Amino acid sequence: MKKLIDNFINALQSMDRLAVKRHIEELSGEHKPLWLIENLIAPALTALGEGWERGDVALSQVYMSGRICEELVDSILPPADNERKNQPPMAITVLEDYHMLGKRIVYSVLRAGGFELTDYGRLSTDELVDRINSDKPEVVLISVLMLPSALKIGKVKENINTSTKIIAGGAPFIFDNDLGKEVGVDEVGKNASDAIDILNKLSRVSS
Amino acid sequence: MSSYTSLTRVLTTLSHKEPDRVPFFLLVTMHGAKELGVTIKEYFSKAENVVEGQTRLREKYRHDCIYSFFYAPVETEAFGGEVIYHDDCPPNSGMPIISSEKDIKNLVAPNVYDTKCLLKVLKATEMLKGRTGDDAPLIGVVMSPFSLPVMQMGFDKYLEIIYERPDLFDLLMKINEDFCVQWANAQIEAGATAICYFDPLSSPTVTDRKIFLKTGFEIAKRTIAQIKGPVATHLASGRCLPIIDDLVKTGTAVVGTSAMEDISLLKNSCRGKLTVLGNLNGIEMRRWTSDQAEEIVKNTLAGAGHGGGFILSDNHGEIPWQVPDNVLMAISDAVHKWGVYPLDWVEDYYSSV
Ligand code: B12
Repeated sequence: MKKLIDNFINALQSMDRLAVKRHIEELSGEHKPLWLIENLIAPALTALGEGWERGDVALSQVYMSGRICEELVDSILPPADNERKNQPPMAITVLEDYHMLGKRIVYSVLRAGGFELTDYGRLSTDELVDRINSDKPEVVLISVLMLPSALKIGKVKENINTSTKIIAGGAPFIFDNDLGKEVGVDEVGKNASDAIDILNKLSRVSS
Repeated sequence: MSSYTSLTRVLTTLSHKEPDRVPFFLLVTMHGAKELGVTIKEYFSKAENVVEGQTRLREKYRHDCIYSFFYAPVETEAFGGEVIYHDDCPPNSGMPIISSEKDIKNLVAPNVYDTKCLLKVLKATEMLKGRTGDDAPLIGVVMSPFSLPVMQMGFDKYLEIIYERPDLFDLLMKINEDFCVQWANAQIEAGATAICYFDPLSSPTVTDRKIFLKTGFEIAKRTIAQIKGPVATHLASGRCLPIIDDLVKTGTAVVGTSAMEDISLLKNSCRGKLTVLGNLNGIEMRRWTSDQAEEIVKNTLAGAGHGGGFILSDNHGEIPWQVPDNVLMAISDAVHKWGVYPLDWVEDYYSSV
């Protein structure tokens, strides 16, 4: 299996869409889509995410791989398919700033990992508080790039009246290991595929 | 009294020799607004404010450069884009000016000398040069042609054309290169001593080296060759170790380094080839105590100060608004105390840690 995953990662890193598709087609006779996601696609994206955090993989490769896998997963497992993970209602947003790429990557990676989530787009602090209080999602993922935006996440936590778990990420959290604790979020992700691990962890805890 | 000025101190380190003290670039921008008691928006609205702010900040923190940088989106503003101001954050670029293939084909670069926001920066540069003379280097800033499109068209769309539409990519680079060269040379003509070429897209944090060698690398070589003054490349806290030798070949003299990489490894791979600028963590700095600041400065000087070829600075090329004055003062005090050459305390320091 390790060899299969490595070959799949190579195809993704060199952005060889056809090779990526071929890998999936070869395996889809024997295996169900969800098996492919859990045993091949998600581990490959996780390895790329961790490689980025170590400095061995470039962001452009993480982004393009996420996109390719997201398309692929949409074709083998349409969004409405009830094989999609039985998961808590969740949403993702960019808070206060205008940098959408982090959210886009996390969104792709999660969808390629078989999750479904609502995209809130870009919201101000007050807008996010209102949205959480009315939708009551179990989990909200927040992406920021500017430091002041990261510091405003604390206000969201203070002002919501739900038990929503907040997972935060983006450059300021990479440069400051204590920032998550300071603003009081439940979890911090340092790369996009951390989101998959964190969600799996949260669902284990709640079940 | 030392016979060195900030300028001769910096020139000595650039020639990989030790001056009287490790040069210190405190790359403060928005803190000028605090000094003047105005909002960030108001501060950047007039050249005179930036001139006054930079002057007061250099007097206060005794650092070795003047920084005529306003904010990165001034260049997209010049192309007709919107700038969004906040009271606690650097100005950000608004809606992308390019949203279709047609927009790239019709894109025309602004003429620097007809563009109000750029003329304001040039005016500040001229006035700062008038005040500073040859006492300290005056650092101007350009975005690299390869990094600017993130603000012109959005990061996701840009990555897609890098990989999937080389025709559009080449067209955009041609326009941006011409603009970048004109913008850099106009700043040099107005009095900038050197140009800081911000190119985080070339960092292996963002682009893998194979693609970089075909894109950002060639673009930097062509662009830097046409800039009529010394150039420092800054990857805005992206990593640089894997591409140090490539950067040397672009013709740059300095590299701005990331807190994500070890300063002594950086110094070793740049030794004799590039001056290392860096690498204090600007994000974390907000929470440092004075003692911590002193310790981190010592550790950085110990790792990279020896033999010159080093300028102490933050790792991004801009101190966040949230960093309090007492931290900046502690950093300045520490470099004035521990940065005096020869750094003969370093041996004891290493044997004690
Ligand atoms: C490339 C870059 C630029 C480029 C492009 C920026 C852009 N996106 O618009 C240019 C040169 C234009 C630029 C300019 C500026 N920049 Co800049 N830039 C960078 C750099 C090197 C990478 C930023 C980036 O876009 N990365 C891509 C995103 C997707 O990465 P990311 O947010 O880290 O996300 C990854 C993970 O964190 C994670 N993740 C993200 N969100 C989430 C959410 C969850 C829930 C999870 C689990 C994970 C997760 O997944 C992602 C993929 O792995 C960073 C430094 C760095 N090393 O990261 C500085 C940085 C972002 N820049 C910064 C600043 C300040 C600016 C300017 C405002 C400077 C100025 N005064 O003008 C301008 C404004 C730009 C604008 N758009 O208006 C600061 C922001 C922090 C701060 N100081 O407030 C940074 C962090 C530098 C620093 N160390 O201080 N910049």
